[in-house]
Amino acid sequence: MSTIVRLPNQQDATLPKRSYLNQEYGLKSWLLTGDHKRIAILYLISITFFFFLGGAFAGLIRLELLTPMPDLVSSDTYNKLFTAHGIIMVFLFLVPSVPATIGNFVLPIMVGARDLAFPKVNLLSWYLYILAGGIILSALILGGVDTGWTFTTPLSTHYLNTHVITAAMGVFVAGFSSIFTGLNFIVTTHRMRAPGMTWFRLPLFVWSHYAASVLMVLGTPVLAITLVLVALERVFGIGVFDPTKGGDPLLFQHLFWFYSHPAVYIMILPGFGVISEVVSTFSRKRVFGYTAVAFSSIAIAVFGFFVWAHHMFIMGVSNYSALVFSLLTMLVAVPSAIKIFNWSATLYKGSITFETPMLYAFGFMGLFTIGGLTGVFLGSLGMDIHLTETYFIVAHFHFVMVGGMLMSYLAGVHFWWPKMTGRMYPESLSKLAAVTTFIGFILTFFPQFILGYLGMPRRYHAYPPEFQVLNVLSTAGASVLGIGYLLPMIYMTWSLKYGAIAGSNPWQATGLEWQIQSPPPTENFLEIPVVDYEAYDYEWLANKTQHEVTTVG
Amino acid sequence: MDSQTVAVRHEEEIAHHEGEHPHYLRHHFETVEQQKEASSFGMWLFLLTEIMFFGGLFMAYLLYRNWYYDAFASASNTLGIGLGTTNTAVLILSSFTMAMGVYCAEKRNRRGLLLSLGCTIILGLVFLGIKSIEYHEKYVEHHIPGASFSIDDFVHPHDKRDIALDPSTAQHAQIFFFLYFAMTGMHALHMIIGVSILFALFYKAWHGAYTTGHTAIIDNFGLYWHFVDIVWIFLFPLLYLISRHPLH
Amino acid sequence: MASHPTLEDVHHEHHIVGPKTYGTILFALLCLTALTTGIAFVNLGVFSPIAAIGIAVIKATLVILFFMHVKYSSRLVKLTVSAGLFTFLVLITMTLSDYISRAWGLW
Repeated sequence: MSTIVRLPNQQDATLPKRSYLNQEYGLKSWLLTGDHKRIAILYLISITFFFFLGGAFAGLIRLELLTPMPDLVSSDTYNKLFTAHGIIMVFLFLVPSVPATIGNFVLPIMVGARDLAFPKVNLLSWYLYILAGGIILSALILGGVDTGWTFTTPLSTHYLNTHVITAAMGVFVAGFSSIFTGLNFIVTTHRMRAPGMTWFRLPLFVWSHYAASVLMVLGTPVLAITLVLVALERVFGIGVFDPTKGGDPLLFQHLFWFYSHPAVYIMILPGFGVISEVVSTFSRKRVFGYTAVAFSSIAIAVFGFFVWAHHMFIMGVSNYSALVFSLLTMLVAVPSAIKIFNWSATLYKGSITFETPMLYAFGFMGLFTIGGLTGVFLGSLGMDIHLTETYFIVAHFHFVMVGGMLMSYLAGVHFWWPKMTGRMYPESLSKLAAVTTFIGFILTFFPQFILGYLGMPRRYHAYPPEFQVLNVLSTAGASVLGIGYLLPMIYMTWSLKYGAIAGSNPWQATGLEWQIQSPPPTENFLEIPVVDYEAYDYEWLANKTQHEVTTVG
Repeated sequence: MDSQTVAVRHEEEIAHHEGEHPHYLRHHFETVEQQKEASSFGMWLFLLTEIMFFGGLFMAYLLYRNWYYDAFASASNTLGIGLGTTNTAVLILSSFTMAMGVYCAEKRNRRGLLLSLGCTIILGLVFLGIKSIEYHEKYVEHHIPGASFSIDDFVHPHDKRDIALDPSTAQHAQIFFFLYFAMTGMHALHMIIGVSILFALFYKAWHGAYTTGHTAIIDNFGLYWHFVDIVWIFLFPLLYLISRHPLH
Repeated sequence: MASHPTLEDVHHEHHIVGPKTYGTILFALLCLTALTTGIAFVNLGVFSPIAAIGIAVIKATLVILFFMHVKYSSRLVKLTVSAGLFTFLVLITMTLSDYISRAWGLW
């Protein structure tokens, strides 16, 4: 199979003498760093930890669902399991995954800057993330929360005595971590682009992160105040969300989903950015319709604010309101579809090779499309009445978030791994992991569409026996998926010591990050570049590499 | 476009090299201008998050005022309009003194800056003082929502011009007071943070920090202070002026 | 859009608002405060809340434009303020649209 990978001669190649990794030694130099690259690595480690914790809870859920009887854990415990899985995966994994690890690392380099606009705020972001993780962990250790990650009232405010406030405060802090990251990205993109780097020369990765950052800054504070209200309600019991005292539980839902719907775009937009970079690089072709892809990111961000009540169709909103939100939901699907069309058009007549990041990208395009289309089913009122609160919803969001977002996260980690560490991961093993993940994913989540359609409710740990076969298939798939995710842990760690030396541009990609050494020096550029070429300009790259001597170190 | 940008950059580089590399220029910024603009833009984005943060509370308020207008109107009338108006004037005045502080910093007038910051601190403390008097009043009148709340004042109003509410409507006055304390409390928290920062700024200004040309921190704090003022500008009519008795 | 401001922007940014402007705005704000308190005692029926919010909006606008220098700021700052206001209005209006239309009954 052909490959575009071009590595330096491994006989005499070494890592660069000076890089951000060995600039300074010692724990303090890492824990008090302002270097966006080091902060990205800190995030990478902590996010991986929480991913596997959330995954462990998923494993327990699937284990319980092997049998129709509620025989592994009690109902309360089961509620705590899926709540923990949801809170950890959404707030401690998906939201920060690409922006905080990959975005933090490459965004400043992509725009041609030496660092993000506010390095100290960046570090604060990470500490807030750790604090949030600690608070949420303590909520779990103290006995757990069983409200579901959606904290729906009045259950969460009046009918439970679990550690709702602790968990809510953890999410509150995580929200501010997210806000500060977004704020940093916006200011950096506006004010720190290198000379000649106009908006329309930026890699599409930057556009996606910009759009996601706008959502982070504008949407997350509403979640924050909503959680404060829940906490106040629990303490004082006035009745803001309690119908018996004149409150409206739907007010909570309006405020909660006003953030949580844009949140799903916060989660997926950075993933879209990764796919743009990967698809372009591994088809050796500029992204088709750059402007359309760039503006579709902005459109998703704007329209994402107008559709939140589609999570509330059966909750008691007025029919007229539901109608309007349903229509707007149909519209918000359009920009995402535009991206899929444009990536497909990029592939057309490109020189496609199938390195691991590209495998994940193909997986993304297929699985996200399925997930996205099922979102359209759910957006139509008539269908939603039957499908909501069933496993159809669970399958839908896992297709977009796991089949979509997580795959693009893995694509990104594999794609920029040589840049971050200076080493290549083992290609055959990584391809195996990618294929395993893909197969495991479909086996886990496709049966859940059928289950949902047949009527199995979500968040139940007992079900009618006729659903068992599909559930067993799903759990079997989850085991395969688990192996698929564990493999990268192993071989990526292995590659740190034994991986091939990557050189500055193993993928022969365009983009400023590939013009500097791997790993980059702390200051990114010896001299701030002056940009006079468009994004994804492979002719420029071919021209440049013809005239340069490839040295490493 | 590019040659223009490069040309401008060249001019700025010349200015840059002619002694424009002060100690407060962070290494990742090319010029002081860029740093100042970035920090100002960052503060504006932070204020956007504050708009949305308070926005949730305003939404809750709008809904329940709509649903329980009578209870809200009666409850609002128990707030002292004199103290409320005074507090509004105090905060507006403090915004003025803060703006003057920014002016003094830009004019490198250390005395003026210290005077302005000092006045802003005092006015901020006056505001908080009046607020605590108001909160104490509510405590004494049993208007704090929760166990100690009493619907007596609403079912049997002292003032003959007030409408007497039936008990279930009167209970909804609790929601008003909950929102009153939540909104003014959140606002007061922002004031306390602001005043604390002001003390720190005063101390640094005393040692000449902001009157040497590097005014970014004073500018940005000014933005924060004005924002807190704007929140109150909306809280005041919404909470205090729902339906005062018409004059005959 | 270049990352570095042009010289015109630099000149723009350095517009220093003086005490006279601040004083005028202060006076206006205090007058409007007196007005909003006074007008609360007049029975305007349904226009009472409109008047109250309207005056508050004028006051806020004065603070934003002059105390916060937005009138003299770059397009980016103006755009940022508008974005914040827009999102806030979306939250309020679209949520209220649900509550208001509930009273209209089923189809």
